[in-house]
Amino acid sequence: MSASDTKPSLSSRELPDRRLEIVLSGDWNADSARPSTSEILAKLNPSWAEIGFDTTGLGQWDSLLLTVLKEIGDQCQLKGIKVNRSGLPDGVRGMLQLADAVPEQEGVRRTPPQPGLLEKTGLLAIAAWDETIDILAFIGEATVGFVRFLFGRAHYRRVDLFLLIQECGANALPIVSLISFLVGMILAFVGSVQLAKYGAQNYISDMVGLGMSREMGALMTAIIMTGRTGAAFAAQLGSMQVNDEIDALKTMGFSEIEFLVVPRMLALILMMPLLCVYADLMGMAGGSLVGFGLYDISILEYSQHILARLRFQDFAVGVGKSVIFGVLVAISGCMRGMQCGRSSQDVGMAATSAVVTGIVMIVCADAVMTLIVISMKW
Amino acid sequence: MGEPHITVTDLTMAYGDMVIQRDMNFTVNRGDIFIVMGGSGCGKSTLLRHMIGLKQPAKGSIFYQNLSFWDASPKQRRRLMMKMGVSYQSGALFSSMTLAENIALPLSAFTKLKRHEIREIVSLKLALVGLAGFEGYYPAEISGGMQKRAGLARAMALDPDILFFDEPSAGLDPISSRLLDDLILNLRDNLGETIVVVTHELPSIFAIGNNSVFLDGESKTIIAQGDPKTLLAECEIPKVKQFLTRGSSRNDDKLASGATKA
Repeated sequence: MSASDTKPSLSSRELPDRRLEIVLSGDWNADSARPSTSEILAKLNPSWAEIGFDTTGLGQWDSLLLTVLKEIGDQCQLKGIKVNRSGLPDGVRGMLQLADAVPEQEGVRRTPPQPGLLEKTGLLAIAAWDETIDILAFIGEATVGFVRFLFGRAHYRRVDLFLLIQECGANALPIVSLISFLVGMILAFVGSVQLAKYGAQNYISDMVGLGMSREMGALMTAIIMTGRTGAAFAAQLGSMQVNDEIDALKTMGFSEIEFLVVPRMLALILMMPLLCVYADLMGMAGGSLVGFGLYDISILEYSQHILARLRFQDFAVGVGKSVIFGVLVAISGCMRGMQCGRSSQDVGMAATSAVVTGIVMIVCADAVMTLIVISMKW
Repeated sequence: MGEPHITVTDLTMAYGDMVIQRDMNFTVNRGDIFIVMGGSGCGKSTLLRHMIGLKQPAKGSIFYQNLSFWDASPKQRRRLMMKMGVSYQSGALFSSMTLAENIALPLSAFTKLKRHEIREIVSLKLALVGLAGFEGYYPAEISGGMQKRAGLARAMALDPDILFFDEPSAGLDPISSRLLDDLILNLRDNLGETIVVVTHELPSIFAIGNNSVFLDGESKTIIAQGDPKTLLAECEIPKVKQFLTRGSSRNDDKLASGATKA
């Protein structure tokens, strides 16, 4: 502040009758350095009968002064010294009274626990077990909800379902197009370098076609949808949790699974196969561009190769996988959203965790399904 | 005390083309507890948002002492805003921080205080609002009334000159609401702060207010101003009378205590 400010100072003066007077002077505000209280605090011992204050030299004051006075007051209380506040300005006295008005309740203050290594390991193990139970329970509930839906007994808003279908279907087309087109190009490019060594560049189309339809189309769509839609589901349900909206649904008698989870699952189950086929075709288009650009394979030749080589089963395998992936994306997104805590940070964590859970589940499921498909010779 | 602290001249508030209130003129003096009242949807909270600098007026100005808020430089404006404390309707605490971290945030950002000094100020502010010992709690772990008081503690963190309250007693039980009123009076009496309260709680209005404006949603302007108690006794405008007597327009004195009905 202005230059005329005087520094805050704190000293003490001994008076007769075992009285100690604390002298406060200068301007006490947040801009000034706080004088040390250690000297005064050291002086406080039960031999004093009373502490008084002299504030004739005191200028401005704010919370800084109050904290010092409170520190001194608390110390005096501890040592059993009487504090006479009559020497303080009215405002200071009033604020101190206010601060003392509601004494701290016993047992309110908490010290964060600091578990040891063994305890931490144990806690982690328990958490992992609980997590497994949670996932299984959620899958179970979702299945029950879905069965109720199939029998037409689930309560949900049809308009929500259509909006969700639009959101996970048509609105996802641009990003799915871009990614699968590029993935098709990459497949073709990487593969053709090897194939060309044996003069087999004509087989680019077979490779891209098989790769996209059996594996990459479904997998890439699933990963895009986890990042795009799974995270959105988790964030949306999470903030509904924060706003008590899910509680409101429950008290109105709706099942949150039927109302929120089943439509989302359904939308993804319906849209993922379509997106997957679309991604397959986009990927093949990407491959044809590489074939045409690098090896002069005409579009006609490329597509004839694909038509001759690809069987219906190849598409069916990819589409089948994509249905399972749709369920997994919906489950991971909705589950993390429903488990969300009640702070804004929890919403962020729910979205992150939905993506992580989703991708882990998708890749694991893909590995298992690929094994099954190969061993069945489909 | 007594000198004009906030002066609002010809203020018109609008969202796009929709005018909320027009031609508002009033003065809040230093040390006033100034009540902004009116029915639901008349623009009370919007007026508050204009005064604390969240929304720019469509027309007119708001002066803090002699400085027009919206004509000031961004730096002056930031300075002014640091001298205001706002207690929001729902507390508006940062849910991912503990109460102590919530209150410490402005202190660590805008002052040169050391860490232990901040800790002591935080404890003091919490003690002032009756929450001693709750430093380590997250907002979700305490009740709505406590959240509101913690929000007030955060509003007071920087020792503001002016405190704004948006519906301080909404959602509080009568006793907590009364305690909050006492706290507001205490802050004014002890610190000489100017306090602006947006509310429609009649008991609070009469208990703490010494100046007020009454916003009318239909005519879209201020239709009465002054000490709420004087308004109750003397104002002849039916709408104001009805509001202050809780719905009855008759002139009985039993209605003066109408706030205790129902």
